[in-house]
Amino acid sequence: MSEEILRVTGLTKNFGGIKAIDNVDLDIRSGEIVALIGPNGAGKTTFFNCLTGIYTPSSGDIHLRNPESGKETRLNGMKPNKITKIGMARTFQNIRLFPTMSVLENVMIGRHCRTKALILGAIFRDAATRREEEEILETSYDLLKIVGLKHQVNEEARNLPYGAQRRLEIGRALATEPFLLLLDEPAAGMNPQETEELVTLIRKICKEGHSILLIEHDMKLVMTLSDRIFVMDYGKKIAQGTPEEVRSNPAVIKAYLGEDVDA
Amino acid sequence: MFPLKELKRSLLISLWFAFLTFPIMVIKVDPIDRIVIWRWDNMAFVAIGSFVLSILIKVWILRKERRNLRKSTNRDITEPFVQRILREPRFLYPLCLGVLTFALLFPSLFSTYQTNIMITALMYVVLGLGLNIVVGVAGLLDLGYVAFYAVGAYSYALLNMHFGLGFWTVLPIGGLLAALFGILLGFPVLRLRGDYLAIVTLGFGEIIRLVLENWSAFSNGPSGISNIPRPSFFGMEMTFEGQIHYIYYLVVALVIFTIFVVNRLQNSRLGRAWLALREDEIACQAMGIDKTKTKLIAFSLGAFWAGLVGVFFATKTTFVSPASFSFLESAIILSIVVLGGMGSIVGVIFGALILILMPEYLRSLSEYRMLAFGGILVAMMIFKPQGIISNVRRSYKIKNKSTISE
Repeated sequence: MSEEILRVTGLTKNFGGIKAIDNVDLDIRSGEIVALIGPNGAGKTTFFNCLTGIYTPSSGDIHLRNPESGKETRLNGMKPNKITKIGMARTFQNIRLFPTMSVLENVMIGRHCRTKALILGAIFRDAATRREEEEILETSYDLLKIVGLKHQVNEEARNLPYGAQRRLEIGRALATEPFLLLLDEPAAGMNPQETEELVTLIRKICKEGHSILLIEHDMKLVMTLSDRIFVMDYGKKIAQGTPEEVRSNPAVIKAYLGEDVDA
Repeated sequence: MFPLKELKRSLLISLWFAFLTFPIMVIKVDPIDRIVIWRWDNMAFVAIGSFVLSILIKVWILRKERRNLRKSTNRDITEPFVQRILREPRFLYPLCLGVLTFALLFPSLFSTYQTNIMITALMYVVLGLGLNIVVGVAGLLDLGYVAFYAVGAYSYALLNMHFGLGFWTVLPIGGLLAALFGILLGFPVLRLRGDYLAIVTLGFGEIIRLVLENWSAFSNGPSGISNIPRPSFFGMEMTFEGQIHYIYYLVVALVIFTIFVVNRLQNSRLGRAWLALREDEIACQAMGIDKTKTKLIAFSLGAFWAGLVGVFFATKTTFVSPASFSFLESAIILSIVVLGGMGSIVGVIFGALILILMPEYLRSLSEYRMLAFGGILVAMMIFKPQGIISNVRRSYKIKNKSTISE
């Protein structure tokens, strides 16, 4: 078994009197694809927001461990940009690209936290800055090739079709060099063929050394991709295990999958 | 060709306008003779004028619609004329050279009075470009920009009065002081956006002005500080005209410097981060951009230019008083940015020249200046909300070794 890279223990998030997340444990090991599923309003996106620093958890611990350096960091209360810099990037459920920037520029933004030129570098354009710009351009273009958008380099992001926008978001997140990638409903609104391509893409990304945690409602995608599945309902974790285990778990069937589980 | 329905509409519009303007255009009370003068001919002018105008606008819109229809069927993308020129270095360089020669010859071609006006206009170009960083690029609506302008002007006036520091010494100090104030303003407004940010910055601008007005021991209060020396040129004595020309060339140099720096900033890692911040703050943070740092840099850099121009302002007028730094000034600078085109350097330059030079050359119509000003702004927002020259997104050519792209 490979080592743990994310360990969440007893995570709780209250909004006033409502417990959006209630004492959830979760762990991800290096190289895994893990899915987080659950009915609407189960608290999956809130869980993501707690992990990525958009919300501060009410209690519980989040530990992220870089598989290469072995350095472990506690993420509670950290700013989103710091967390991204440590090596965890995300996409959004409702696409949040930079709409009037070009496709390439969107990915270039992702390189921001791995580069460092500032005011003086921008003004004088010294050798180091120019090299850095070139590096940004090349890496970004390579990523666009991976997500299959190399022909739309200069197109404005908002003009892309829906599926392409989702892929661009993945590309942008990859540009931050994460070892753990969080995907919030990557297949939402995609047609079957686009979903098929997405599965291939996610497999490819995983093979290149990124671990993946994804929220998804498309059961076919979840069952084919995931190594392990966590199930949430009303803020609580109700089940976890391999796709087969979850599929036959009575609590899950009751809460979520209903009668169609064997279809 | 022109539908009867539209003609009827225009007629209605003109009647409505005649009715609306009736109290101000027709009735005139003569308080001395105690009579009311009815100026019916004015009403006729308004009615005919608005009728013709509304028809012209309608024709224009119809033509535009027809053109758009053709464009969507033909699918040939025609860029606006100006942007085509800006993209093509073949046209761009001679154009720049021409403008530069004209700018350099300006004082010898025109009178001192004209040169003086041009200095003001160019100062506003720099102010506009500075505010453009904050409003146009980083998307932070700043209504108190004039405060930094005041900081620059007063830092020259005060440092000169108390310590006898010269123009060249104070120029960087004024800029840096303004930048410091930019950071001071930046900290409390980091969490604010949109309307709230606008209100707080508006308040900040007023605070600076009120402090200058009421803290007499520090700033001489409303009577201001006079006898500010003009810049020196290696200790040479200059005539009045010579001094004006000298300041003119300094301002031209400042404009060129500003354009150079702002252009480079926009096409850098920092510039992209600003754009991203403008587009989506949460996504921006999730991509690893430090929101705090990026915003503060935008505020302080924008303020820096205002500080520089403030020093120029003090040395040009040789007198500063709080009255020069009212909210109206902020509003004009903001109009320059919005009218010219948010985020577009060429647009802002045009905006500044139009907004500052036009009132000077239309002095004969000075009574209607504000009316025209408002009218132009409204018309711009309707017909060209992106500004005179909207910003062109830079496009990249990919020359990767592994792939040959088209």
